[in-house]
Amino acid sequence: MSDQNDPMAEIRASFFIECEELLEALQDGLQELDDGSEDPETINVVFRAVHSIKGGAGAFGLEALVRFAHRYETVMDEVRNGNMHPDSEAMKLFFLAADHLSDLVRACRDETPLPEATSEELLERLDALLGEHGVEEEEEADDFQPLGMGISLDLPDLDAEPESSLAHYTIRFKPDQELFATGNEPQQLLRNLCGLGEAKISCVTTELPNLESLAPETPYVEWLIELDTEAAEPEIRDIFEFVDGLCTLEITCVSGPSAEDAGDTGPDLPDAPSLEATATPDVSTTPAAAEDTRTKPEDAPDKVVTLKKDDPAKEPADPEAKKAAPPAAKSVVRVDLERIERLVNLVGELVINQAMLSQSLDEAGLSPHSDAMNGLEEFQRLTRDIQDSVMMIRAQPVKSLFQRMSRIVRESSAAVEKEVRLVTEGEATEVDKTVIERLSDPLTHMIRNAVDHGLEPTEARQTAGKSKAGTVTLTAAHRSGRVIIEVSDDGAGINRERVLEKAVSKGLVAPDANLSDGEIDNLLFLPGFSTAAQVSSLSGRGVGMDVVKTSIQSLGGRISITSEKGKGTTFSISLPLTLAVLDGMVVNVAGETLVLPLNVVVETLSLGPDDVQMLRPGSYVVRVRGGFVPLYDLGVMLGYRAHRKTDAGAIVLLISLEDGSRAALVIDGIQDQRQVVIKGLDDSFYRAPGIAAATILGDGQIALILDPADIIAGSGHPRGADLMLSERKIANE
Amino acid sequence: MSDQAQTNDLELLTFRVADQEYSLDIMSVREIRGWTRTTPMPHAPDFMRGVINLRGTVLPVMDLARRLNLPSQETNDRNVIIVVKLQGTLTGLLVDAVSDIVAITEDDLQIPPDISSDPSLSVVRALTVIDDRMIRVLDLAAVVPNTSDEAA
Repeated sequence: MSDQNDPMAEIRASFFIECEELLEALQDGLQELDDGSEDPETINVVFRAVHSIKGGAGAFGLEALVRFAHRYETVMDEVRNGNMHPDSEAMKLFFLAADHLSDLVRACRDETPLPEATSEELLERLDALLGEHGVEEEEEADDFQPLGMGISLDLPDLDAEPESSLAHYTIRFKPDQELFATGNEPQQLLRNLCGLGEAKISCVTTELPNLESLAPETPYVEWLIELDTEAAEPEIRDIFEFVDGLCTLEITCVSGPSAEDAGDTGPDLPDAPSLEATATPDVSTTPAAAEDTRTKPEDAPDKVVTLKKDDPAKEPADPEAKKAAPPAAKSVVRVDLERIERLVNLVGELVINQAMLSQSLDEAGLSPHSDAMNGLEEFQRLTRDIQDSVMMIRAQPVKSLFQRMSRIVRESSAAVEKEVRLVTEGEATEVDKTVIERLSDPLTHMIRNAVDHGLEPTEARQTAGKSKAGTVTLTAAHRSGRVIIEVSDDGAGINRERVLEKAVSKGLVAPDANLSDGEIDNLLFLPGFSTAAQVSSLSGRGVGMDVVKTSIQSLGGRISITSEKGKGTTFSISLPLTLAVLDGMVVNVAGETLVLPLNVVVETLSLGPDDVQMLRPGSYVVRVRGGFVPLYDLGVMLGYRAHRKTDAGAIVLLISLEDGSRAALVIDGIQDQRQVVIKGLDDSFYRAPGIAAATILGDGQIALILDPADIIAGSGHPRGADLMLSERKIANE
Repeated sequence: MSDQAQTNDLELLTFRVADQEYSLDIMSVREIRGWTRTTPMPHAPDFMRGVINLRGTVLPVMDLARRLNLPSQETNDRNVIIVVKLQGTLTGLLVDAVSDIVAITEDDLQIPPDISSDPSLSVVRALTVIDDRMIRVLDLAAVVPNTSDEAA
């Protein structure tokens, strides 16, 4: 945005960031609903997300966004009130609407043309949905938007009219603690009320306790406002829109203007009866209203609406509800990535200095029980805590990325008219933010491929005896110090004959080439390869998997493909965890400190004299519960020391690798299990085999993080098939 | 225009490696650190001493003596690591000791005689004489290997 100094632009920017979070919450909520969640809090979250977007958009005058969000919200409200039970078709529509809402938000943010046509179409469908459940609400939808704006502008005109149009309201307003916690300011609300007309505000302090028993964060006061205004009740309510649910609000119209007056004040209101219609559903929109016994609607002189909802204290002690509550209360601070980097580096420096201090105190010959040493110990603990906390800041769960993919699945499956279910696993896996951003494009492509090419058409599936709906599975996991992201489908698998035929026809391979299945699969990654017999609108635009491969490689990753005929295809991306956090096992080898990814370590053993058997000179196996596992001396493998005569008494880590093979690594000792920050190694002039990255230990020293698969692959020792064979042979004997 | 302005002033950081005096353009030197233990990299070329922690980043450290095929000295407390920056990459050079900073002009530099049989000379860009001592001016780009170029 060009006007950097404009405070409004700044607020606007943060509104859009907030929108992204709300949209995420919306997606989550819809997904839960789709999965059959009955929790009322879920629909509340969905409703609130749409509502907050609407509210913010209104403040920035984003008319199109407000309009869409409002009608969407109206439908959601119906669901919330239990008037509507969305079926799977309706849920699909809700998802579409959520997608469209995020499109609108982005279009507003980037000031690009709004997709009006889609808006209209979706709104029609949403309205149609409503139509089945009552027309009343639709009128509310119609009159909502112009209401607040129109009136305040018309006020001067109305002032000229005699007092007859004035209504007298009594408003009781009691803020909840939440209201203050969310940064709302009662004074501002009261001031806005004064803006509507003449207000007499009195503060009720009867509940205020003595100073000794006063809890500073508990609100005790409430306000009684006598308001003379031309404004209609919904307008007063509008003032409190953003504290809806955060306060007790009772608005009583003591002597109201006639229906015509109300109609006058809101020029855009269709007619008076609709005002009644608007006000009445409001009662029902607040689920807890019925529970509130303090004011019964019948007791009120004219019209009383009690707004009181979502008060956590009043909710039954339902653990589910308690659990669902936090999303609303979760507060987030947005920080520049650069600042975090700086902080991380500073903490690293702090750790080093602390180590130096500790050493000089030691050398000064201080008693370990002296105050200085005790203080130092505390200091060390604090430093470690700071380091741990800082580490947590940088990584981000892949959830947001996966959510985007669920949209891709919805859209692409609709485009090719296949029924597709997306299953995601490991959404909490943390990956560096930049990696997540750069993964979006290749992953989108792979998902589209899976839907378009991977899954067979519905009829073909049914013929093959599969479920009608295809499944695309998206998983993320940390494995061996890398992030593995897999996209798999349960489709027909790669048609290898056709792939080969195509590759030959395109001159990519020689006609007489004898290729293994794996080699044929990998032909897909060749530039300019597209298997679909027909080029669909979805994929196969000539931009093939080679682009995916290139972008994965530019992230330092690898991509591999496995396919089984009739069962499906799996693409597996393995990415390094640069900057991410790793659970590691810190071990000693030949005087060096090394870190092994904890997730590969299956168990630790201590070698007895007879455990190690020589397979052939220079290669050994160790017997673990009846099986034989190849034994590697890490110190030797890394060139830190020569072979020792005996490994008896040494400690052995049993590790299990990505491909399921196992190995035993000889180490000298285990120091610790802890989280470490992964530091990328500058491999511009030397890349060490078997080393994935490095980390900085508590004493400021660098420890290398091992890539066990790489070490063993480079060892030339028997592994995989070879080993299994030897294992079996021994077992048979 | 005066003669002074035409000759570029040059500041050199001089240091000792295996009892010989070398120097680097001070503009390429980021900082000088005391000797800290390096973490060795497995199977690295012998002139790679390993990596150290430079305020949170991993800094590769090269033993300049071994890089220049000079007899490597035992490391002691007086050894220092000169952190240099070349094309945006930081590298540490382990030297015996830092001597001085001297200001010279380009005129004071002499092209080294072409004795191609000595590989260590190919990294010497120029020679200069200060207080009757010969100082070798290192060509940093030649000292710091860049295999990413070679591989490409």
